[in-house]
Order: sequence, then C-alpha cells, then structure tokens
Amino acid sequence: MRHKKNPVDLIFLLVSGLASLSVIALIVGILFTLISESSLSIEKFGLWGFISSTDWNPVKESFGAATNLFGTAITTVLSILIAVPVAIGIAIFVTEIAPNFLKGPIGAAIELLAAIPSIIYGMWGLFTLAPIMANYIEPALQKSIGSLPLVGMLFEGTPMGIDLLTASVILSIMIIPFTASISRDAFNLTPAVIKESAYALGATKWEVVRSIVLPYSKLGVFGGIVLSLGRALGETMAVAFVLGNNHQITSSLFDAAATITVTLANEFTEADTDIYLSSLFYLALLLFLMSFIILALAKFFILKAERKYP
Amino acid sequence: MNKIISVFIGLAISFLAFGSSFAGNTINGAGATFPYPVYSAWAYEYNKVSGVKLNYQSIGSGGGIRQIVNKTVDFGASDAPLKPEELKKNNLIQFPAVIGGVVPVVNIRGIKAGELRLDSDILSMIYLGEINYWDNEKIKQINPGKALPHKEITVVHRSDGSGTTAIFTDYLSVISSDWKEKVGAGTSVKWPVGIGGKGNEGVANYVKRLDYSIGYVEFAYAKQNSLAHTILKNSAGQFVEPSFNSFKAAADSGDFDPKKDFYLWLNNAPGKKAWPIAGATFILLAKEKKGSNINVVKFYEWAFEKGDKTAEELVYIPLPVSLKNKVRAYWKSYNIY
Repeated sequence: MRHKKNPVDLIFLLVSGLASLSVIALIVGILFTLISESSLSIEKFGLWGFISSTDWNPVKESFGAATNLFGTAITTVLSILIAVPVAIGIAIFVTEIAPNFLKGPIGAAIELLAAIPSIIYGMWGLFTLAPIMANYIEPALQKSIGSLPLVGMLFEGTPMGIDLLTASVILSIMIIPFTASISRDAFNLTPAVIKESAYALGATKWEVVRSIVLPYSKLGVFGGIVLSLGRALGETMAVAFVLGNNHQITSSLFDAAATITVTLANEFTEADTDIYLSSLFYLALLLFLMSFIILALAKFFILKAERKYP
Repeated sequence: MNKIISVFIGLAISFLAFGSSFAGNTINGAGATFPYPVYSAWAYEYNKVSGVKLNYQSIGSGGGIRQIVNKTVDFGASDAPLKPEELKKNNLIQFPAVIGGVVPVVNIRGIKAGELRLDSDILSMIYLGEINYWDNEKIKQINPGKALPHKEITVVHRSDGSGTTAIFTDYLSVISSDWKEKVGAGTSVKWPVGIGGKGNEGVANYVKRLDYSIGYVEFAYAKQNSLAHTILKNSAGQFVEPSFNSFKAAADSGDFDPKKDFYLWLNNAPGKKAWPIAGATFILLAKEKKGSNINVVKFYEWAFEKGDKTAEELVYIPLPVSLKNKVRAYWKSYNIY
C-alpha cells in the first residue's frame, strides 16, 4: 500500500493500465465501426438473407455472403487437414526423436517459415506453385482418385492451378509453423518421469508417443489447431493471388472461389456504391465474429490443458 | 507526468506547424489506380520545375470519389466518369486527364500477335459463355484460312474491382443488349464464366500460362508483355490493331461535351481507324475549394502542355488538342484557370 505514495509507481500503474484498457477500447471501437458501417446492408438483406444468398452482383446491387462463407470454410478446413498431420509429425520428431544437434536447425527453419510475409507466399503461389499444381499434381490427382465415384466429383474440370486446392496448400504451408510450435510446447509438458517409466517398462518410442505423449498433450494440440484455424480464416494476400475470386459454390476443388478476406481485399478499393461498401463491411463483421469465437475456443482449450497438467 | 504532457503537446504543435507550412506547396489527390504511374511521373517532373509537391494515393476510384465528396483531398480521380446529375448532387466538377484502352489478348497455339480477328458479337458471346470452342463457326467466318483448334476457350477476367473492367464491361454492354441485360457494366460484375486474375499482371500471367485462353488487359500490359493481342472490328466495320494511332482515332472521334461534364465512354467510337474499347480517366474537383482547385488545374495545365511525351512513354494516350482546349474552356467557366 505504501508504494502507492511513490509518484513513479502511480504513473507506472496508470500508464500500463491505460495501455491495456486501450486494447479493449480498440476492439470495441472496431466492432462498433463494423456494425455501424454495415447497418445499411443489414437493414436491406437481414442476417439469414445475407448469409444464405449466393448472389454477389455489384451491378444489380444484390449481395449475399454464402459464396464467401463457402470459400472461407473449404480453404480453412482443407488447409487444416493438410497441415495438422505434418505439423504434429514435425513436433513429435523435434521433441522425441531428433538428436539434439538437429533440434536447433529444424526449430529455426519452422520459425523462419512463419516469418515470411504472406504477400511473398502469394507471389510464389502464383508464379511457382500454381503452374506445378496445374501441370503435375492436379492431373495426377485426376488420373488416380479422380475416376472414383463420388470422390471424383472433387477433382472435376480443367486443372488450372487457380483454385481451392492450390489456395489450401498455400494456406497449409503458412499455418504449419503455428500448429507445429504449439504442439511442440504441448508435448514438452508431458512429465519426463512418466515417459521414462514407460521406457523402463520396455515401451518403444512409438508406444510412448501414442500412449503417453499424445493423450497428455491432446488439449494443447487441439488449442494449437484452433489457433491455426483462426489464422487460416484471416489470411488474405496469399490466397488472393491463387483463388481467383469467383463468387460461386462448386463441388470441384479445381474451381476458383472467393473467401471473405479475398473479396474484401479485391473489391474494397473500387466499391463505388453505398450498399456495395456496406455489404463488404457486413462480410468483415461476420469474419470478425467468426475469428472471435474461434480464438475464444482456442483459449479455452489451452487454459484447460494448462490447468490439467501444470 | 507534466514533462510527458508537455512533450506530447510540443510534438502536436510541431506537426500542425509542419502541416500548415507545407499546405501551400502540396496538392493531395486520391483515386484510380490505373493512371497512377503517369500521375506520379508527371508529379515528379512538375515538382522539379515548380516546387509544388503532388501527393497522389492510388486507393481506387471508389475511394477517390468518396474522399473528394468528403473534401478530404484536393482532387479525386476516377476511371469511370460520374454522371452530371451525380456531380451536381455532390457539388463536383469533372474533366478527363488521360486516355487508356483495353485490349483482348489470347493464347492459342499457332496464332501470333495480331493474327486473330474478333468482333463485338463474338467477344460478348465468349464472355457470356455462349461460344465455348475456338473453332466456332462465327470465329472461323471472320478468320478465313486460319487453323483454329477444337479446344475449349478458357475465359480470364479481373478478380479485383477495376477501371479496366469498367471500360471492358461498358463496351460489352454497348454492343450487346444480351450482355447489358444479363451482366451489365461496372468496376466488378457477376461474371457468367471464367477465372479471375488479380490485377493486370494476374490476368496477363494466366493468359500466358493457360493454353487456349482469352483475357483483357490494359494497352500498356499488352504491349509490354509478350501477349498475343487480337484485332477487333470497330463500329465502322473495319478491323483495327491496338496502337497509339487507333486509340488517338478513338479519342478524336469522341464527342466530349463540357455541358455534360465530359461524361463519355470512348467505347465503340465511330471513327474508321478507331480502336473500339477505350475510355478516359477523370479528375474530380469540389466546386467550393477554389483555392486548391486553381493549384490542381495548374498542374494539369502543365501536364497538358509538357506531359504528352511522358504519358506516351508509359503507354498512355494523351488527350487530343481539341479536347484539351475544351477542358481549358471548362476550367475558365468555373474561374479556376
């Protein structure tokens, strides 16, 4: 209590308190702006009408979010499906298998992957990955699993490399570092005593990972995945280059689509009517809420994990 | 604490002071991305001779219009002209600054630049998804003797909102009532078919890479990239090449009317040698900002006098002399010239 009399302490308290309060004020402010800017569109299309309509026609001033939500959902889920196994593999290798001299370089490489700006991923995607996808990977997919019934539907059409699949691959590369490093931290939380006891009982490395490390770190890893989900949801530039921004719902992964962020980035600058601009803000509001929910979920799981295994 | 506050106040005052001391020598503009290279080249040269700095932010036509309506900038720039009634509503005036054109480009094996002929009918039907193969009868008819493959046409368009799309879709609306009804014109539209590339570079890249594709890019991009441009039939029934001359012919034939604030697209221009897909990019001024308007007009007067060469180096088409004179008279009528 007597510290309070010290003016430096008081200033310190005030400044740090204001700094943290400003973050909350900022978030509330952004939410308020999004709501007020999108009010025109909310009034005209309503919530369900906006979410369910697949029409996105700036000329006729009729807007719906369904195509954008579809593109966002597919690229996000697909990128998680590709990234999670790889990321968990990396994390297991780094924590349990790799010799010490390899741990450093691999860790650094993963962190570097996270440090590459997304615009560079986008350019690389457009000029390098898209041709590779169009010329080799997508035709190969079409020839192999494309002929199966039902699943084949996913691989119809002419492979052009500008599509949902390429965008998801780029996204997965971008989120691997996040998932991998959070999983690694979660694996490291496994008590060494239990692991060593298992080894003493004659368990193999695979058995230790499967029966001890993975169950112990389940929640932490899950939190990491949800966190990456949030990142994939909001990624813009890299996807904008390789997704095509076509407002459509398709069954084939070889078709162009649009995500919320890509639509915003592509169309915001030239949105010339009020309702057009307002609808873009409405999309942003939906994304804001989705990201918020997903981040809250992630925090929940990570906290739960930490409480269980301190 | 007092010290901190006084430092902040000091900083604020010095910012304000800087701001006001520069205000007289700076012109702030915002808007269209398409003319950005030529505006910034002009600004650089103008600064050398006059000391006036032009600060142009290429935030897009929509943003440019909004900013000039709110009067946060000295001028706005838009690729699409505003209608006279819209200008009146927001108390704005408008004049053209430079002309740009759009060129359909193709990637068909065995067909070189300037070899494929297209007309308005075919172009609109390709973009509507009604012509799907390169060996369609209609295409064969105007390209006698050319070996056209039975390959599916891959249609490429812009994925972002852009003035290029506005000019192109306006052209399609002018020449095809079907297009006008089903799709319409705008900076971004609901495309019936095709894939979208981001920016001119995106479209150019796709057309280069995808066999049997067709796309549309700005004249400069068609010229600078090794893309196979097409020859188009204009409204006089002549097949023309996209070139400075054919764009100039389009600009000359355009009847820009100062009474309508120059509201005009150059699409389907009537001249015999005119390239059919073109449009001017426009400058918007707020009527009541007379002081800054005079500065903006001084800059564009300089650009009209001395900037043609720079514009052509950057593959823009300068306004014809007759149109420049019309713009000058228009300025005079508002007492800003």
